[in-house]
Amino acid sequence: MIVLLGVLVVILGFATRRNPLLVVGVAGIVTGALGKLSPDEILKTFGESFASSRSVTIFAITLPVIGLLERNGLQQQARILIGKLGNLTTGRFLTLYLLLRQLTAAVGLQTIGGPAQSVRPMIAPMAEAAAERRNGGRPLPEAIREKVRSHAAGADTVGVFFGEDIFLAIGSILLITGLVNATYHTHLEPLDLALWAIPTAACAFLVHGARLLRFDRALERELVVANAESDVEESAK
Amino acid sequence: MIKAEWFYWLVGAVFIVMGLQTLLDRSNAKRYTSGTFWTLLGATFFYSSWVVDKSAPAEPLGIAVLILICLGGFNLVGKGTPRTTGEKQRTELAKRFGNKLFIPALTIPVVAVLCAVVVPKFHFGGHVIFEKGNETILGLGVGAIVALGVGMWVLREPRVSVPIHAGRGLLESMGWALLLPQLLAVLGAIFQAAGVGTQVGKVTEKILPNGQLLAAVALYCVGMFVFTVIMGNAFAAFPVMTAAVGWPVLVQHLHGNAPAVMAVGMLAGFCGTLCTPMAANFNLVPAALLELKDQYGPIKVQAPTGFILLACNILIIYFFAF
Repeated sequence: MIVLLGVLVVILGFATRRNPLLVVGVAGIVTGALGKLSPDEILKTFGESFASSRSVTIFAITLPVIGLLERNGLQQQARILIGKLGNLTTGRFLTLYLLLRQLTAAVGLQTIGGPAQSVRPMIAPMAEAAAERRNGGRPLPEAIREKVRSHAAGADTVGVFFGEDIFLAIGSILLITGLVNATYHTHLEPLDLALWAIPTAACAFLVHGARLLRFDRALERELVVANAESDVEESAK
Repeated sequence: MIKAEWFYWLVGAVFIVMGLQTLLDRSNAKRYTSGTFWTLLGATFFYSSWVVDKSAPAEPLGIAVLILICLGGFNLVGKGTPRTTGEKQRTELAKRFGNKLFIPALTIPVVAVLCAVVVPKFHFGGHVIFEKGNETILGLGVGAIVALGVGMWVLREPRVSVPIHAGRGLLESMGWALLLPQLLAVLGAIFQAAGVGTQVGKVTEKILPNGQLLAAVALYCVGMFVFTVIMGNAFAAFPVMTAAVGWPVLVQHLHGNAPAVMAVGMLAGFCGTLCTPMAANFNLVPAALLELKDQYGPIKVQAPTGFILLACNILIIYFFAF
């Protein structure tokens, strides 16, 4: 029973935002010691499992080509393409971005989007511009602007989370095969796992896409209410 | 026959080359410790080959792993200022190359999947081309090399040093975080060796009514979700919940399809990531970047999707993995 304290070390370590590497190192040593492994056995387990889980880190082999593409304008080209979607409503634009983000992440292009790479310079301003068009060109009330920006960030995050696992060389897939193959002496193929990410990815698109399209209608209602309120304030002056 | 170990040596060699460059990089304030980190990581990829075939002791490798943990954990791995193109230059390059930029990137998954699916069917003089059981991983390696060639050709870049430097820029910006997934896999193995799985299994047996499939699936997915919300990281939740429920109960006892259970279980954890401020880089950083007054704005719009998808994941495992 006492070995479960090792799990507690992991939970406390991550929850109190210690450096994750140190948390893993300390939790490994503590758990090994509580499980009555000798120091020599602990070192041996660290070494053997590290050797048999190297496949988890091999995605680094793709960094030179991705780096080469980025320095030649990969992210900028992605933005040029998205810029062509200018005339959609907020919800439709974000739904389409969600789909694009899922599809590109599924083929290994996780880095072309992201909060700094695409949401701030491109997605949030375009979503806001679409909402302003809906508002007859008037600037958005603060609360609604916040919600539009939040949805821009949300579409990006949901898209990459539920797209990237279809790419077989992503950390989470390799972690599963590395961990399961090293720990339980079995054999899982990354490709099988990647295929099983597809049903959830489809659900994610349907669920979040539907919510974004509904957001269009909510936006309309809220703009009407907000404008009515500001008109009342205007006439009260 | 092309062996997986050769590919690990290639990855190790890439780490060593980049590590040596980092050692010489004066723009990096922590160049000695950073360079040591990457070079040592590269060396472990070679030494591991002998640990795997049991011709060398594993203890020195264990010590090396602890050194890597300390270098990364005590913030001794930093990054330099990469010599690269600026925003304006990149926009011009993007106009020049256009959609051709996507070709090399798409080459990686296409070649990897071809290698995993088609190549095992061919034999060369009675031998398979790729080592059996490692086709996907080798396919990724081949895909990355082919993509690099295609990229240099499409972009008219004759110097190999350019992609190596660009790759090192990405490597350094990921820093020690690059090693976290592999170390979590190591932690999972230690949990198993120390008997955490058996202990949690006993607790699980007490909680779970016997043979209740739906309850077991729900426990696994909700457990992934809750642990991820607490820890802010689905990768960290995975070794715990897999040792507790995923492997012993769902795969071994109830004979679930392991790839389906594990892949969808991980995604149940991702649903937790959507809902937690602990995952600061995904949820709080965007709020700051977008100058939101409510730093929980993104979490509020993501959470309903997170909860609905958690239910979807439970149903997907329940209906398709058994």
